[in-house]
Amino acid sequence: MSDPTQPTTGDDPTAPAGTPGPAGPAGPAGTSAGTSSGRAEPTGGRTLADPADEVTEINPDVDIAPEDIGVPVVSEGERLLEVDEVTLRFGGVVALNEVSFHINKGEILGLIGPNGAGKTTCFNVMTGVYQPTSGGVRYLGKPLGKRKKYQITKLGIARTFQNIRLFANMTALENVLVGVDAHHSTGVVSAMFRLPKHRREEGQGYARALELLTFMGLDGKADELARNLPYGDQRRLEIARALATSPQLLCLDEPAAGFNPAEKAKLMELIRTIRDQGYTVLLIEHDMKLVMGVTDRIVVLEFGRKIAEGSPAEIRDNPAVIAAYLGVDEEDAS
Amino acid sequence: MSTTTSTPAARKPTSPGFRERVTNLPKAVKILLWVLFAIFLFLLPLLNIPFITTEGSDFGGVLFTVATYVLVALGLNIVVGYAGLLDLGYVGFYAIGAYTIGVLTSEHAHMSWVVVVPIAIVIAMISGIILGAPTLRVRGDYLAIVTLGFGEIVRLTLVNSQWLGGAQGISDIPKPPGFELFEVPSIDWSSGAPVVDLDTTSTFLKFGINDFVPYYWLALGVISLVLLFDILVKSSRVGRAWEATREDEDAAELMGVPTFRFKLLAFALGAAIGGLSGALFATKAGFISPDSFQLLLSILFLAAVVVGGAGNRWGVIVGAIVVSYFPERFREFADFRVLVFGLALMLLAIFRPQGLLPPRRTVRAKRADDRQAVLEEGEASV
Repeated sequence: MSDPTQPTTGDDPTAPAGTPGPAGPAGPAGTSAGTSSGRAEPTGGRTLADPADEVTEINPDVDIAPEDIGVPVVSEGERLLEVDEVTLRFGGVVALNEVSFHINKGEILGLIGPNGAGKTTCFNVMTGVYQPTSGGVRYLGKPLGKRKKYQITKLGIARTFQNIRLFANMTALENVLVGVDAHHSTGVVSAMFRLPKHRREEGQGYARALELLTFMGLDGKADELARNLPYGDQRRLEIARALATSPQLLCLDEPAAGFNPAEKAKLMELIRTIRDQGYTVLLIEHDMKLVMGVTDRIVVLEFGRKIAEGSPAEIRDNPAVIAAYLGVDEEDAS
Repeated sequence: MSTTTSTPAARKPTSPGFRERVTNLPKAVKILLWVLFAIFLFLLPLLNIPFITTEGSDFGGVLFTVATYVLVALGLNIVVGYAGLLDLGYVGFYAIGAYTIGVLTSEHAHMSWVVVVPIAIVIAMISGIILGAPTLRVRGDYLAIVTLGFGEIVRLTLVNSQWLGGAQGISDIPKPPGFELFEVPSIDWSSGAPVVDLDTTSTFLKFGINDFVPYYWLALGVISLVLLFDILVKSSRVGRAWEATREDEDAAELMGVPTFRFKLLAFALGAAIGGLSGALFATKAGFISPDSFQLLLSILFLAAVVVGGAGNRWGVIVGAIVVSYFPERFREFADFRVLVFGLALMLLAIFRPQGLLPPRRTVRAKRADDRQAVLEEGEASV
């Protein structure tokens, strides 16, 4: 069962490379981490050898609340985004089959499922990479329609990538600045004559970018090239870059891939802190322990269909989910 | 064996590089150095420095040619170096700029040079947008093929359009209006030592037909303006958007960068600078024909950018000087010029694939990679 997103386009080759199978606490999440790009990825040796690579601590007290980006702010608990009977076909392959779920403002929603279940495809539909064959996505009550990717980002949906896709030859600070720039409008003329708009936007942009880097504990590495950062810092930088666009909804695509248990625990803490600062989080994750520990609700996909939805406790006991993860044939089991 | 310092010099903490040492200078000193350097560049054609000065051809003319290459390289650097769009038809914009001058000052109208140059820039920019709007939807190699076709289309149109002078081209392009402020004497080295030669002078700024030095001064002025523009725009949101697009177009788009718009902008600005350079070329040459805008020129322009180090404005300037000056300097080996040039390119590709002066970041990344390699080797041997 290969991921149907793979052969169709080079847009987002984020399908898991690991083998399908159980994804328990010590599951294959680690091995499925970004094996395809290789470009932005430091070798394992670097993480051990480089003295600059102590585990980065975040500074949860830094205020990184989303800035006002001109979209209506809904109150806590209201529906932020609704995926409405989305079907996506690639030729004969049905990647998503009438998938419906919603995300409430202020919650952490987990999106789980075996490899090839359509989790990343679902992300891609929500961020405008793919147009659904039928059905649609409603954001703040309005359909996203055929909006372009950057327009959706400007509306407040930001994401990270399963395979790290930083701007490798730009510094950490510049990576975050690109995210902040999403809501800026400085053009050639403003830049050429250093008009007040340019100076104001640059000033605010740098301040916010530095806050985000400080929050992530990366402020000491602002001038490092993204490609030279250790693996964990690259993952954190991706989150910082996504946060820089001041999203209403932050989509994290397997942020813990390749992390050891200690790093995963820190990441759980980080995701909670991000939520407490006023963001809504959608989390794709293989690691069950992490998902169960941090999410408020969970949606389970299998073969492009939603097979379950509920609180972590409900999902844990759901026979369909257990069957999907352990590969038990339901007929045999019954 | 009295003073054997066993620690090799290479082991010492890295001494500050040229860049660090320059940036650490006080601001006043830096400005003074820049002014001195600018004065030196302006006087270069009159100093007649032995060995540097070309023997066979007029040094002022050679320096002017070098300056147009530098200008072209700066423009192409925006497209190739910053935005990462491989453009093999850049000569098309150069031709459009030159022909705008030719058509509007000689062939069909007799407008003032001062008015026509901005028109040439605008027309080149518009042609960049016209080329870019449909083609920038394709990426990488495909874009290179499409732009390659564009360059040839422009040239073939010039050859076949009688309105544009056909294969004969356009002649009698008037000189720009000059004003004669003061004369600058040159230096004569014929006696073995520098002597001020008051008989051979260049007039600031008289655009004649024998003395090409004023054209060089004009080009130098234009280059400084374009450089300033480059620096200001690159260090803004626009420059970051270009680089993000170059690094990962999809990720950039998902981070809120309207990549298509910024690619088109890079194309338009690059085209405008190319057109400006072509306009200067037509002004100095006085005569243009489709033969002046061969495909080979596009390749040379691209070579200038790649040899120098795509993405570093100072690098591409060096690259432009290398590809335009050395062939002139070593004209006596004319038959072997292309052979030597090809060899040099091959050596460069092997030993310095990032160009003579790669962007500072690339250097830093390379250093980090080397340090990493050392660390990994150390680990392996333990």
